[in-house]
Amino acid sequence: MSQHTFVLNGSRVTVEVADDVRLLWVLRDILGVTGPKYGCGLNVCKSCTSHINGKAFNPCSVPVSKIKESDEITTIEGLPATVGRDLHPMQEAWLEEDVSQCGYCQPGQIMAAVALVRKTKAEGRQITDADLDGLRNICRCGTYSRIRTAIRKGADRM
Amino acid sequence: MAEHRRSPEDPTRRRFLGYLLAAPTLAVGVTWADAALGADEAEASIPSLPQPEDLFDLGDLQNLAALPTSGLISVQVDEDGTASFALHRTEVGQGITTAVAMMIAEELDLPIDKVRITLADARPELLMNQLTGGSNSVRSIFTPVRTASALARQQLVRTAAARWDVPEDEVATRDGVLSHRSGKSATYGSLAKVAASDRTVQVSVSLKAVEDFRVLGKPQNRIDALDIVTGRKRFGMDIQVPGAKPCMVRRPPTINGTVRAVRNADAVKAMPGITDVAVIRYGVAVRGETFGQCVDGLRALDVDWNPGTVDGESDATVLAKLRKARLPLAVPPLGALSVEAEFTFAFASNAPLEPDNAIADVRPDRAEIWSTLKVPIDARQDIARQDIARQLGLPVDKVVVHVVTGGGSFGRHLFHDVAAEAAEISQKMGKPVKLSWSRTDDFRQGRAHPMCVSRVRATHLLGNVLTYEQRHTSSETSFSHGLGEMITSTAAELPIAGNYTFAQTIFLLSQSVPYNFGVVTQLLNEIPLKFNTGSMRNIYSPNVVCAQELVVDKLAAKLGKDPVAFRREFLKDDRLRAVMEEVVVEGRWGRPLPKGVAQGIGLHAEYRGAVAVLVEVDCRPETVNRPISDGVTGPRVTKATIVIDAGLPLNPRGLEAQMIGGLNDGIALALTSSLHIKDGIPLEGSWDNYFYTRQWNTPPDVRVVVLPPTTGTPSGAGEIAVAPSFAAVACAYARATGTTPTTFPINHGELGFEPFPLQPSTPASPTNGLDSAF
Repeated sequence: MSQHTFVLNGSRVTVEVADDVRLLWVLRDILGVTGPKYGCGLNVCKSCTSHINGKAFNPCSVPVSKIKESDEITTIEGLPATVGRDLHPMQEAWLEEDVSQCGYCQPGQIMAAVALVRKTKAEGRQITDADLDGLRNICRCGTYSRIRTAIRKGADRM
Repeated sequence: MAEHRRSPEDPTRRRFLGYLLAAPTLAVGVTWADAALGADEAEASIPSLPQPEDLFDLGDLQNLAALPTSGLISVQVDEDGTASFALHRTEVGQGITTAVAMMIAEELDLPIDKVRITLADARPELLMNQLTGGSNSVRSIFTPVRTASALARQQLVRTAAARWDVPEDEVATRDGVLSHRSGKSATYGSLAKVAASDRTVQVSVSLKAVEDFRVLGKPQNRIDALDIVTGRKRFGMDIQVPGAKPCMVRRPPTINGTVRAVRNADAVKAMPGITDVAVIRYGVAVRGETFGQCVDGLRALDVDWNPGTVDGESDATVLAKLRKARLPLAVPPLGALSVEAEFTFAFASNAPLEPDNAIADVRPDRAEIWSTLKVPIDARQDIARQDIARQLGLPVDKVVVHVVTGGGSFGRHLFHDVAAEAAEISQKMGKPVKLSWSRTDDFRQGRAHPMCVSRVRATHLLGNVLTYEQRHTSSETSFSHGLGEMITSTAAELPIAGNYTFAQTIFLLSQSVPYNFGVVTQLLNEIPLKFNTGSMRNIYSPNVVCAQELVVDKLAAKLGKDPVAFRREFLKDDRLRAVMEEVVVEGRWGRPLPKGVAQGIGLHAEYRGAVAVLVEVDCRPETVNRPISDGVTGPRVTKATIVIDAGLPLNPRGLEAQMIGGLNDGIALALTSSLHIKDGIPLEGSWDNYFYTRQWNTPPDVRVVVLPPTTGTPSGAGEIAVAPSFAAVACAYARATGTTPTTFPINHGELGFEPFPLQPSTPASPTNGLDSAF
């Protein structure tokens, strides 16, 4: 057991847990932050997608010991605060397009979408179909076309 | 406001019965279900006699089974002005909670955000009326829920009228407020207590006419959408039950293998974070502080295994057995005058994205279970007493089963394997547990839609189709859940004679050929292999309809006709004809496309609805060979148009969502997703092995058209798009490549991944996740 400290959704947290426990379980089982979902634990389904220092990553595949004290972890719960609002524009787009069905993958989809838009904006370009094709997040309900529409809508407002 | 007044004395309107219930605030129960049996019989003035499904389908069976007990559902109005309803169905993404909230909002004249829908615990008194499946929920709930809501509104109107001393028909209702032209008004909440009954009395009411609907029939977003996008929606694994620590299971290297010996249970129990280790029916359970530590623990176990139930079986052995078991075709082949085809459909997984999970707290004198269960009563009975190997030895009334909203189902949650296993573990450990299957468990040991072979022979003469025979041979599908019991209890009333199995009964109640093809027969035969199987979204239809539509295209080609022109000539179902004509226009059938790209059309009527799907598939090498790491690209559906006649569409937005979902399922079944069975177990272990449709497979251009109402009753919605989508993609692929595929999915012959080792049964999580951050 050792102590691990990092910034979670704007607040500093410290947990006592073995070094190799993946961050997903630290978030879910120890800290009770359940927005990131377990869908595979293999960095494949992407339903746990969250942000580390603003970039999308999958906490199921990162041992807690690899998280530095200065690292800022943002889960879906902390996304609105990053823009100082009740809802992030991407969440609003998701609501307007009524994207969700069962909803299990959607927190991860939204976090991946926000990172993708930030990346393309940083590259000074619009989202393309190829960008959308490259998103790996599974939606077993098959909501993909509404996801694509919502990402474009959310991108316009980010 | 006048349009909201409804005369309770209108003699021309049909009246529905219910009860005012003795309760602290207004509560209404209903006793009557509109089974609508045979209400929309198929026209029989055609050469093909109606098949059983035309007259009486699976949903009718469910409605019939629900009749004696529907009366026990109730709507309550609370002092805060909200209406509450504990739904005896399971929400798994299909949108039933939203549809029911709309029904209540409609009849109560209440804003939808003031309707609270929860999922009812297992209620044994509801018997078979607490089964979510067969796209039947809206069909069976539509009338009872509206009746209860209308009775509640009527009682509020009566209460206000008495209080204000005005005639009832002068009291209007809108947005949860009662009003009178004199200026008097009262909120529902302010009258909830006064309107309550101190004894249970029978009352009757008429329902709103469809023309007066203000909520139903209009697009409505999901009522749980905000909770979903903020991460607040609670799934099974998000529920905190005191002491219910994470738990996972080390599983055998073949399906249903059992434990011979565990060599190091004590050492594993001493690992960091691990609290308990217990041998169970199909493996060794490990309980700990985090799921991650449970994975480490189960991987460290040293276990000897006994064989499973299908150890010698692989794709090839199952296929050989299926071919041997095929039922004969009756009409001899007529050479040039017959079209023959045989199609093989691989095993497919019904695993949702949320892995199977359940919380169980079993004590010596009682048990409590939380899980996503579509037949919770069945689960409760089995867990309490019926399943001998796992019996808790408790009276059934000491077992409480809570139904949890699920992250998908696709048939998986008709069974309660994970809940029964959680109960077994909790009992053996003497502690509460939160059990999750791993992703790999879900694919390798979870239930699947079994491999099947569909053989079709059609004969034609002088431009007419004389016969159409389909012989469907499948590895056994388990229906050992509530649907099986439903068939037993209603057997005498079903319009099919003979000693059919559950599977054959369901096959006959769900299948029919919508074309005038002369003498039509469709039969199912099964081989009794003990794979873990169950229904998958749309059960038999995706395979049966794909085979049928491919043969229809072959017949059209043989008669020198365009696929749409041929269907136009032979369709006997007017609703299918209408959706086809709409999809032909909307999807621009026949538009010029480059070589290697083609359109395909698929039609299907079921659940008292009709769907047409038109897709375009790009099979050109530059598309097929697009590079995607750890994923299959292959042919791409670039455009899809879906038209649905849902009878009485209640929520067009939800219907559209179900069509899009069904489309992506159909694309997966046609092109990419299957299980490869090798030596008694599927090789698939992750979503990069089981290739469900991904963003790079889904069409960038999807259009859905919901037709205006055509009948007075809503059809099923959740499954109906799968079969015609599958068929349309298969037909388009055949036209684009000039070759009709005979094995589905088309890429099944190539194993496009390196399988995870069979042992330990769950792979370790990677540690390099930061490398792929973007």
